Amino acid sequence: MNKPKPRSVVSILDLTTDEINGLMNVADDIENNPDKYREKCKHKILSTIFFEPSTRTRLSFEAAMLSLGGSVISTADSQSSSAAKGESISDTVKVISNYADIIAMRHPKEGAPVVGAMKADVPVINAGDGGHFHPTQTLADLLTIRRTKGALSNLVIGLCGDLMFGRTVHSLIEAMLRYPNNKYVMIAPSELRLPEYIREELDKAGVDWEETESLEYAMPKLDVLYMTRVQKERFFNEEDYVRLKDTYILDEEKLKTAKPDLAILHPLPRVNEISVSVDDDPRAKYFYQTLCGKQMRMALIMFLLGIK
Amino acid sequence: MNIDGVSNGIVLDHIKAGKSMIVYDYLKLSKLDCCVALIQNCQSKKFGRKDIVKIDELIDLDLDVLGYIDPNITVNYVKDNKLFEKKHVALPETLTNVIKCKNPRCITSTEQELPHIFKLADRENRVYRCAYCDAVGHTKGIK
Repeated sequence: MNKPKPRSVVSILDLTTDEINGLMNVADDIENNPDKYREKCKHKILSTIFFEPSTRTRLSFEAAMLSLGGSVISTADSQSSSAAKGESISDTVKVISNYADIIAMRHPKEGAPVVGAMKADVPVINAGDGGHFHPTQTLADLLTIRRTKGALSNLVIGLCGDLMFGRTVHSLIEAMLRYPNNKYVMIAPSELRLPEYIREELDKAGVDWEETESLEYAMPKLDVLYMTRVQKERFFNEEDYVRLKDTYILDEEKLKTAKPDLAILHPLPRVNEISVSVDDDPRAKYFYQTLCGKQMRMALIMFLLGIK
Repeated sequence: MNIDGVSNGIVLDHIKAGKSMIVYDYLKLSKLDCCVALIQNCQSKKFGRKDIVKIDELIDLDLDVLGYIDPNITVNYVKDNKLFEKKHVALPETLTNVIKCKNPRCITSTEQELPHIFKLADRENRVYRCAYCDAVGHTKGIK
């Protein structure tokens, strides 16, 4: 007899607002009472199957499971996995379902975790599928904003850099639209402005938002600044890239007009879009964001395994 | 112009004028051994002009495909020269293996055995999105 499929999280839309809020409450409790959680996932196994290289996301998932007292099994890298021999995702997850209680999966192809979730007998968490979704990054972003600003509403949020291809930006907007009374300032060169369907979504939601090419213009208004990298290969010609690249590098000079309680976020890895000199500024929250990411992954693993 | 009625078969009526060939292709009617008639640009009280397809055999039809091509199509089942069932199609919520995802980054581009599944994302504008990668469905000849 076929068992019902367990709950998986492929997109941030797979979680209700109440569930997201609940996960953030658990993450806060993990922060305050870490001892309570040390054996929550004892005898449970997480399998991280990463079909493309990743350092921080994989380590974050593994650290999350180990902090819950569980164990981790994973392939050394995508080249040594069975996928390199041509095994389908469907076969891979069916086999791993017999070894592990939960799977975290990264794949370069968009929608691969959907296939994983359809075929696996254990919960699957999307740990990034190409330029498509990365829901646990969004959970990390939300928790960082809530902890640093005290709430997820009544904020002016600036999103800066590559807004066209930045999947983290798109997911964050979709998630933040669930919370009331936020304003958005989209800061990007015209080549990398927000895709039309997301601009339409913002209009449809009736929120207050504006677009600008100038980070200096936006800076004084912002409560949150979410930085992303402007990549050279996204430009049609090099001249435009050279003209614009420094505009979107955050440094102490540009921060002079910022609010004293601004929160600066970045999904990392950073290349040069935030000057190292900003790291010591108390407004820089991007390293703290990775701690929030680990705690949200802990909360999500427990939630999907039905552990309270 | 006279075309014989169907004694045991199916009449697809109220097809938007000019779309009968699309219906013929999507339903793969060329593979049938029975008689199939395509009638184009008939007079229609409802639509002014319409197409009709007559199939001289009671075959299993994929009504989702018809609903996707044109939700106004009516399907008439005829047995012993009598109409015994009439069905109205609707825009389906899900399409399986009707259209293919063209996104080269989609998992369906490398895992060939996966069914191509599309979900209705916007009923008003008849937009379908790939169930895997969310790319908008390619609606060749449909709209």
